Formats: sequence, structure tokens, C-alpha cells
Amino acid sequence: MRILVVEDDKDVAGFVLKGLREAGHTVEHADNGRDGLFLAASENFDAIILDRMLPGGIDGLRLLETLRAQDNATPVLFLSALSQVDDRVKGLKAGGDDYLTKPFAFAELLARVEALTRRGKSDGPATKLCVGDLEMDLLSRSVRRGMQKIDLQPREFRLLEYLMRHAGQVVTRTMLLEGVWDYHFDPQTNVIDVHVSRLRQKIDKPFELPLLHTVRNAGYMLRAEEV
Amino acid sequence: METNPLAEAESGARAAQEAATPRQPRRKGKPLIRSTGIRFAVTYALVFGLSAFTLAFSLWYSTVGLLQRQVQFAILNDATALNEHYQIGGLPSLINAIHSRLTDSGDSDGIYLLLDPLGNHIIGNLDQWPAGLNRVNTWYELPVTRRGTRSISLLRAYTLSGGEQLLIGRDVSARAQLRGVMRDALLWALGLMIFLGLLGAVLIRSMFRRMMRDISTTTRAIALGDLTRRIPKHGNGDEFDELAEIINDMLERIARLMDGVRQVSNAIAHDLRTPITRARTRLEDASLHAHTKEDLQLAVERAMLDLDGVVGVFEALLRIAEIEAGSRRSAFAAIDLAPMLRDIDELYRAVAEERGLILDTRINEPLPLLGDRELVQQAIANLLDNALKFSATGTTIRFTARVEEALIEICIADRGPGISEEDRSRATERFFRAESARSTAGSGLGLALVAAVAQLHNGTLRLANNNPGLRAIITLPARRG
Repeated sequence: MRILVVEDDKDVAGFVLKGLREAGHTVEHADNGRDGLFLAASENFDAIILDRMLPGGIDGLRLLETLRAQDNATPVLFLSALSQVDDRVKGLKAGGDDYLTKPFAFAELLARVEALTRRGKSDGPATKLCVGDLEMDLLSRSVRRGMQKIDLQPREFRLLEYLMRHAGQVVTRTMLLEGVWDYHFDPQTNVIDVHVSRLRQKIDKPFELPLLHTVRNAGYMLRAEEV
Repeated sequence: METNPLAEAESGARAAQEAATPRQPRRKGKPLIRSTGIRFAVTYALVFGLSAFTLAFSLWYSTVGLLQRQVQFAILNDATALNEHYQIGGLPSLINAIHSRLTDSGDSDGIYLLLDPLGNHIIGNLDQWPAGLNRVNTWYELPVTRRGTRSISLLRAYTLSGGEQLLIGRDVSARAQLRGVMRDALLWALGLMIFLGLLGAVLIRSMFRRMMRDISTTTRAIALGDLTRRIPKHGNGDEFDELAEIINDMLERIARLMDGVRQVSNAIAHDLRTPITRARTRLEDASLHAHTKEDLQLAVERAMLDLDGVVGVFEALLRIAEIEAGSRRSAFAAIDLAPMLRDIDELYRAVAEERGLILDTRINEPLPLLGDRELVQQAIANLLDNALKFSATGTTIRFTARVEEALIEICIADRGPGISEEDRSRATERFFRAESARSTAGSGLGLALVAAVAQLHNGTLRLANNNPGLRAIITLPARRG
């Protein structure tokens, strides 16, 4: 994937660029709003990681608004030290697709950026999701693995749906909290782990091949064995 | 007088000047109070002087002025009468009339002089036309010599149709004397009044200062850092006692807040120092003693977790500050809490079951609220986090929500160790952690956030004994209609 990083902090930018390259992405970098806007408007990217506060007269919000005004729908993830609820709302209202506050874990950033690009590509409402021999029918809201039907609670269904839509990608706990429960804070209790392990009981336990994997220090991934 | 009023006025003006330029730091305490005292005193003196002056002026006007007008009136009447004599009986009749007036002993003040057109004396008690009187129909007040004596007279001259000059006047020396006496008396009185006014001003100022002294010394001591000082009351229940009481209450509150701030900053320093120290130690230890790459990696990862904890504390603090600032009220919406509470119940039920706890939930609906869904959600989640954390296996957590008398009451009750009576009131303070909870994980910010959320919604958080355990009750005003 081709990703543009607009970030003025050298250390953060270097860290993000290195990480993204290691993850196999092509990365461009701009360290101010003006250059960032120029790059974003003149070239094609699969995603943009955008700092809110930027030097050069154009801050992140302005940059994004200008971009969206030009009908540029490149998915944008805000990466900002502004962590108040209002800041997040502002960022999303300006056309941002996701908002991550600093400091952040790189795994979280990577997972979210990859999720964004997937979201950008999704074409038309699928009626069926498949991962290996696991099948989810979105119309009849039924799940089966191989020949066996799996009964899921509504929330488990949504959790699995989210994981299947992001199959092959790391999904973090906060992504699940936001995407499945619409929670925008971290509970003290390991609620997500409990729910994922329950889901795992249902979809993996009776079968030989595990689909739902725990990714250490990051989150979970649903995939059929070989990467 | 104890001080020079001029110097005081000057210092007052200086103080006023200083007050007008706020960028300059004001001189502390005394001059400010002094300038206010001066202003009071000057105002008093001015009002006093002005009323004294008004009194003197009206006295003057109603005595001396009245007399003057009476004399003028008499002269004018006299002139009219004499003119009539002249019109009807000619010059002889006029001479007659004047003669009779001159001989009439009842009006010894009268002054008359009739000259023929050539300026010769016809009749009158003046030897000659007074010097300086050269216009007719005009009031003059001149010294004249009458029967050998000089006296002050009010005079008016007329030219008759035959060309004769008629001078009519009245001796007003008595009145002039009276005026002199009046003037002296008033001047004395005025002097006395100015003196009294200044004395009054000084008295008022010293009274003012005396009353302010208690307040100013106390507040100055407090400004210098001695927060234990309070303003003494005189016990007579006057306005100054009332003021002292109000200020003392305020000081009480400031002291409490200062205490809170101090505690919070101490707690921040402590609570952040601990994980930072831990992270630092791990990293240093790893850099000195790690032999394998795995050891190093593990140490780094653990240090990162510690730092994440620090970030978490910061975020919670910011969140609470944001909520307490009240800015989130603009994002309030009409919502029903019931579905949201059921979602939370579902989210936590799994964890409760995992840990062998019973989550007994009863949520009535609807629970209409004007508020911030996300914040209430977080508050309830915090309470459930706590309940789960402190509950022993096999116990029950009751989670109820209902509307009663226009109040939404959300209650989470556990059977854990609870919070002791004396700790309960402080449990919502930032970083407060009961002794028994010190060993468990947590930042001591959870309940502070819950209380802030409740307060933002004009509601309350109440902590009660569940015999045993803790019962946390959030009451929020329900949305009407």
C-alpha cells in the first residue's frame, strides 16, 4: 500500500515510516501542512496518516477539509496529541475516518491504517463473508463452519462479523470496543478478551484448525492458517 | 488633626492613579485601604461643606437680600407717590410732599434731594448731589453726608418732566451693619464647618481604617501564605461581623481547595513516579544485566506497559478536567439510557461469569435523559469495573436502574470489602485509594470520574454501605416529556 505520513515530529515520523516500511508499505513523508496538502492532492495514496498540529500555516484539519473539498476520498487517520472528546469529534467531522491519540502503540496504528484501506476498498454490500471454511450469511444472519451450524448471540455475531470483515488483519482491542460496542474508552477490565475467548470456544474449539489468533501485544486476527 | 490633609489628599490621588494603571503592581494593603478611607472622608467633607454653604447662602439671601429688596420697594413706592404729586400739583405740591416727609419724624431714614434744571438746591436733606451718581433710574449704594453725618445710603435718581432732578434714598447703614455682622457670623460658621467637616472626615477615615484593619491584616497574612488565619468577629452582629463571616467561609473553602490541589499534585507526583520509576529500573536493569535478546525485549515491553499506565492516568485526569469544565454540556442529547445499560450489562456479564460472579441486573425502561451517552456509559463501566475488581468468587453484584419521582436511579451494589464510613466521603477525590485497596491495581480516578459525570448532569453519586460491600448510586434528573 502507498501511505502518506504528514507529521512534523521527526522522531514520531521516523518511527512510523520505519514501521510502515517494515510492514511492507510504500511510504511518503511531509513534515508540514503545505507539502502534505500538495502531495495528498497531486498523488494517489491508499491512506493518509495526518497530524493535527502542523507547521507551515495549514494544520491537519484545514488540510483535510481542503482535500475533501476537492472530492478526494483517500482514507485519513488522524494522529494527534489532542485527546479531548471534542477534538476527536472535530477531526471526524472534518472528514477523518479514524482518530488515534498520541502516545500510541505502533501495532494499534498499523492495524487501524490497514483497516482503513480495507474499508476504502469494500465494494457494495456483501451478503456473505468467508474465512477458510467459516461462512457467515449476513442476510439470514447464520454462521456455519464446514458443515456445522454455529449458534451465536447477536453481539457475538457482530464481533465475528467485524473480525471477518478485517480477516487477515490485526484487530486491536480498542478497535473492537469502538467497532462492536461503540465504546470510546478503555475499561479497566479485560472485557474484550473474555468475549473473544467465548467466541473462540464456539468457532474454533470443536475444530482442528484454529482461525482466531491472538497477536501478542497487539490484538487478534482471524485468518485461515497460512498467511 | 493627626495628619496633614494635603499630604493625605496627595497620597489619595497617587493611589487613585495607581488604581487607574492596573499594569503596575499595587502597593500592598495599607495605601489601598487608606485611599478608600480618604475617598469616604473627602466625600463626607464635600457633602458637609456643600450643605453648610447652601444653608449660609439661603440664610444670607433670606435676611440681607430681603431687607435690600424691601428698601428698594419702599424707594420705588416713594418715587411713584412723589411723581403723582408732581403730575397733579406741579412743583409746589412735590416740594410740599417732600417737606412733609422730611419733617415727619417717623421716617428718619428717608433721603431726598430736589434740584432745579440748573442744579440749584430746591429742597432736601442732602447738602449736595452725591459724587458718582450720574445716571438716572439706577440703583446706587453710596456714602452721603446728611445733617453732618456720613452714612451709607441706597439711592435712585429721577429726572422729572420739568427738568428737575429728584433723588430718593434710604439710609441703609443699619442694614449694612447687619450685613457685616451676618457676614462675619457666616464666615466664622463656615470656618467652623470646614474644621468640623475635616474633623469628621478624619474620624470617618480612622473608623473605616479601624474596621478594615482586622480584615486587611488577616488577608495580608493569608496572602503571605498563612492560610490558618481568620478574621476575628466582634460579636455584635453588625455588617462587619457579617463580612468577616463571609470572608472566613471563603477562606475555609480556599483552604480546602488548596488542600485538594496539594493532595492531587502530591498524588500525581507519587502515582506517576511509581510506574516511571518501575519503567526506568526495568530499562536500566536490562541495559546492565540482560544477556539475551529476549530478556531485553521483555524488559522493554514491560517498561512500555508501565508508561502506558502513566498515559492512562493522564488521560483520566484530562477527561475529568474536561467533564468538570462543563464544556461537554453542549453535546447533550435526548437519549434513553436503557439500551445502553443493557449493552454494558452484556459486555460485563461475560466477565462476571468468567470470574464466577453473579450479575443480577434489573433495568426498567424507558430511562429518558438529557445528557452525554458516552460519559454515562463510561461512568457505569467504571462502577462495574470496581465491583468486579473487589468481588469475591460466588458473590452477587446487583445492577439496577429505574426512574423514581423524575429521577433516574442507577445502582451497582457488590459484596466486596466496601469502603469504610470515614473514607466514603473522600472516595470521589482524585487519586484517593482506601488502605484496603492499595494493593489492587487502579489509579484512584474511577470514582472521581463517576462523580464528575453525575455532577455534569446535575445529578449525584452516593456511596453507601451494602452490609457488606459497597452500594454506588447514581441519581440523574430524568428528561421530561
